[in-house]
Amino acid sequence: MNPEIQQFPPSRHSTAGHVQEHGHAEDAHHQESAHHEPNFWQKYIFSSDHKIIGIQYGITSLAFMWLALMLMLLMRWQIAHPGKPVPILGPVLASILGQPAAGGVISPDLYNSFGAMHGTMMIFLGIVPLAFAAFGNYVVPLMIGAPDMAFPRVNMASYQAYFLGSLVMFVSFFIPGGAAQAGWTSYSPLATSIPTHGQLFWIIGMVLLITSSLLGAVNFIATIIQLRAPGMTWMRLPFFVWAQFVTAFLLLLAFPPLEAASLMQLMDNVAHTSFFLPTGLAVGGNLAHISGGGSPLLWQHLFWFLGHPEVYVLILPAMGAVCEIIANNTRKPIWGYKSLVYSVLTIGFLSFIVWAHHMYMTGMGTKISTFFQATTMIISIPSVIILTCLFISLWGGSIRFNTPMLFALAFLPMFGIGGLTGLPLGFNLSDVHLHDTYYVIAHFHYVVAPGTIFGLFAGLYYWFPKITGRRMNEFWGRVHFVCSLIFMNIVFMPMFAQGMAGMLRRMSDGGANYSAAMNSRAGADVVGGLSDNMMSLHVWILWAAIALGIAQIPFIINLFWSIKHGEKVGDNPWQATTLEWQAPTPPPHGNFEHVPHVYRGPYEYSVPGHDTDFTPQNEPERPVGSKVSLATAH
Amino acid sequence: MEIPYTVKPRPDTGIYNAKVGIWLFLASEVMLFGGLFSAYVLLRVGADEGYWPHGWLDVRLGTLNTVLLALSAITTLLAWVACKVGQFGRFKFFHACTMALALTFLGVKMYEYHDKWIHYEIKLKDGRFADGHMIASDDTSVTIEGRYVTDEKALYDLRSQGPIPRDEIKISRSDILSMENYGPWHNTFLALYFTLTGLHALHILGGTLVIGYLWGPGSRMWKKDPERFTNRIEVSGLFWHFVDLVWIFLFPVLYLT
Ligand code: HEM
Ligand SMILES: [Cu+2]
Repeated sequence: MNPEIQQFPPSRHSTAGHVQEHGHAEDAHHQESAHHEPNFWQKYIFSSDHKIIGIQYGITSLAFMWLALMLMLLMRWQIAHPGKPVPILGPVLASILGQPAAGGVISPDLYNSFGAMHGTMMIFLGIVPLAFAAFGNYVVPLMIGAPDMAFPRVNMASYQAYFLGSLVMFVSFFIPGGAAQAGWTSYSPLATSIPTHGQLFWIIGMVLLITSSLLGAVNFIATIIQLRAPGMTWMRLPFFVWAQFVTAFLLLLAFPPLEAASLMQLMDNVAHTSFFLPTGLAVGGNLAHISGGGSPLLWQHLFWFLGHPEVYVLILPAMGAVCEIIANNTRKPIWGYKSLVYSVLTIGFLSFIVWAHHMYMTGMGTKISTFFQATTMIISIPSVIILTCLFISLWGGSIRFNTPMLFALAFLPMFGIGGLTGLPLGFNLSDVHLHDTYYVIAHFHYVVAPGTIFGLFAGLYYWFPKITGRRMNEFWGRVHFVCSLIFMNIVFMPMFAQGMAGMLRRMSDGGANYSAAMNSRAGADVVGGLSDNMMSLHVWILWAAIALGIAQIPFIINLFWSIKHGEKVGDNPWQATTLEWQAPTPPPHGNFEHVPHVYRGPYEYSVPGHDTDFTPQNEPERPVGSKVSLATAH
Repeated sequence: MEIPYTVKPRPDTGIYNAKVGIWLFLASEVMLFGGLFSAYVLLRVGADEGYWPHGWLDVRLGTLNTVLLALSAITTLLAWVACKVGQFGRFKFFHACTMALALTFLGVKMYEYHDKWIHYEIKLKDGRFADGHMIASDDTSVTIEGRYVTDEKALYDLRSQGPIPRDEIKISRSDILSMENYGPWHNTFLALYFTLTGLHALHILGGTLVIGYLWGPGSRMWKKDPERFTNRIEVSGLFWHFVDLVWIFLFPVLYLT
C-alpha cells in the first residue's frame, strides 16, 4: 500500500472554504479569518462534496425503489386476485387514497396509476439516480484521483433538482384523481386525455429530473476529461469510469429531446395546443375541442429517442461495477480491457439509432422497421462482447466468493437471459407476436432487475467499506443474495411463457375478463384466451414477489446496522488496485492529501515478480533493479 | 487537494473546466432545440394540404430582430476582447450594448406576441369567416380590423395574395358560431411558433440576466482575479452566441417559409 497517502490525517480545513471561494471571491479573506466547522445542514444537506451528494442520491433512490417495489406488490395482488381487497395494506390504502381504493380494493384507475408510477419511480427516481448519480458521484472522482467533481455547486443543484422532481412525483399520489395513469412512457393522446392532473405533475416532475441529470452529465464528463490525476491516461481508466463516461453522454444527448417532448406535452396540457393530438380525436365518445393536426407518433419517436439510450443508462454503470468486482475477486486482469472500452463506446454511439424498434407495431412503415431491425441486431454485438469478456475473465482465476462477487457473478447469466430474449423482440417479424405482452415485461425486467439491480447490489456491498470503514455482514449478505436470486427468477421466468401465450401488458385484472370471454367461445373459430395453467401462474408470481420483498429486509437491516457495527476494516479491505482504495477511509473533503500519481493500468493483479498479488495504480515503477540493467544492456 | 484547472487550462486538453462544461451544455441544448425542430418538420410534413400557414409573421420585424441579435453577438465578442486586453471600461460599454440589444429584441418579440394575441379568426353562422385584429368588443358585438373570406384556406396562404384589406368590421355576436384568437391553441404552426420562440426568448432572458450579473455585481471580480473574470465572460459569451445561432435557424424556418 502507499505510505505517502495513508499517513495523513484528514484535512478538512484546507479545502472547506474552497468551494465558496469560487462563488464569492470578494469575501475570500473573510473566510480565512472566521473559519467555523460546517454545521449539520451545511455538511449533510446543502453539501457540495461529491461523496455526501453521492450518499444523498443513494439513500433517496433506494427509498424510492422500495416504494416502487411496494406498488408492484399491490399490483401483483390485484392481478392474482382481481377485485379482492388487499390484505393488511388494503385499509391503509383506502384511508390514504379514498375512493380509488374504496374497500381496500385497487380500482383499475388506481392500478394504472400504480403501474405508471412503478415504472417511473424505478427508472427515473430509482435506478438512474442510484447507478449513475450515487455510484458515479461517490466513486468516479476517487477512481480518477480527483479532489471533487469539476463543478461542486452544480453537483449540489443537480441533487436538489432531483429531490424536487421526486417530491412532485410523490405528491401526485395525493392530489384529486391521483398520479399519472398513462404508463412510464406517457403516450399521447392517452396521457393528455385522462381528465386528472396526475399527468401535469408527471411532466413537471420529469422536467426537473431531466434538468438534474443534465447537470449531472455535464459535471461527470467535465470531471473525467479535466480532473484525471497525472498519469491517469485514458487507457488507464478503470472500466467503471468508462461506463459512467458513456452513460453521461447518453444522458446529455438523449434526454433533451424528451425534455422537448415534455414541454410540448405540457403545452398540450395547459395551453391546449395539439402537438400530439391528431385531427378528429374523440375523447369519451365526443369530438375533442382541439385544433388537431398533431402527431401521436411524434411523441413516441421523441420518447424512445431517449428511451432506448436510457436502457443503456440503466445497464452500463452496473456493467462497470461488475467488471471492477470481477477483476478484484478473480485476482487477475480483466480479459480484453480494450475490447470492453471500444464496445462500450460503440454501444453509446449505436444506442442513438435503434429507438424505433419499440415502434414496429405503430405502422410507421416496413422500410423504417427494417432499418431499425438492422441497427438493433448490430448493437447486440458489442453487448455480447462485453459479456463474453467478463465471462472469460473468470477463466483460471482463484475466485473469492464474497457477497459482492456472488451478485456480480449472478449478473452475468441474468443479463445474458435478458439480452438474448431481446433478440426476438428486435426482429420485427417476431415482435408482431410478442409486442406489448408479458414477454416484453420479462425481457426488460431480466436486464434491469436481476441484471442491473444485482450489479448495483454488488457495488453497494463492494464500496460500502470505503464509505463507512466497515464491511457489511457477510452471512446476511449471502442470505440476501440467495433469496433474491431464487425469487427473482420465480417472478420473471413465468412471464415469458405467459407473454408467448398471449397475455398482454397493463391489464388490471391479469387477463381474467379477457380469458373468460374468449374461453367461453372456444370451439368456435376464435383463438382462446389464457389457459387456466397460465392464469394460475399469477398466484406463484405473487407469492414469489412477496418473498422477494421480504428478502430485501435483511439487506436493509444489514446496510444500516453495519454502519455502526460492521466488521472494522482498513483502507483497502479487498486488496484492490484502483485509486479509490488508496485514499483514506472515509475520504476527507478533497479526498487525497496529495495529488496521486498514476503509473499503471487499473487491473494489475497477480503481476509476476511483485510481492503482493495486487499493484495499486499509484505504486511507482520500481526505481532500481531490472529496469536499470535493462537500460544499460542496450 | 484543490480542484485544478478552474482558471488555467489543463495542458493536455488545452481548456479550463468551465469551458468544457459550457460546450457540453451547449451540446445538450442542440439536442433540445433539435427535438423541437424535428417536431416542426414532422408536423409540417404531416399537415393537411393547404393548411400550413405562409406569411403569418412580419418579416420586417423578424429581420429587425435578426439584426439586433447579430449586433449583440459582435458586442459580446468585443466585450470579451476588451477583458482580454485589460480594458475594463470598454468591457462595460460593450456589454451594456449587448443588454440593450437583447432587451430591445425581447420588446419586439412581446409586440409580435401581442399582435397574435389580439388577432381573431371568427367563424360566422353563414359559413363565412371574419379575420382580423380585435379593436373593440362588448356583449352584443365585436369589432375587428380585417376582412371576410369565404374559404378558410384563404386565411392560410397570405403570401400569394396581394395586400390584405384591413377594414373596420362590426359583427353582431348572434352571427358568430365560434371565435378564437391566434394563440398556440389555434393550430400547430402557432403552437410551434409560440413554443420555439418562447423557449428561445427564455434563453435570451436567462443570458441577459447572467450577463447583467457579470456586468453589475459580478464585475467586482475583475479587481481580484481578472483572468477568472475574463473566463466567465468567455463562457457566458459562448452561451450567447449559441442563442443567437438558434435564432438564425428560427428566423427562416418560421418567418420566411
Ligand atoms: C442487447 C440486446 C437488446 C435487444 C435486442 C433489445 C430489444 C428490445 C426490443 C425490440 C424491445 C421492444 C419490444 C416491444 O415493445 O415489442 C425492448 C423493450 C425493452 N427493453 Fe430491450 N433490448 C436489449 C437490451 C436491453 C437492455 C440492456 C435493457 C435495459 C437495461 C432493455 C430494456 C428494455 C425495456 C425497459 C423495454 C420495454 C420498454 C417498454 O415498452 O416499456 N433492453 N427491447
Ligand atoms: Cu430499445
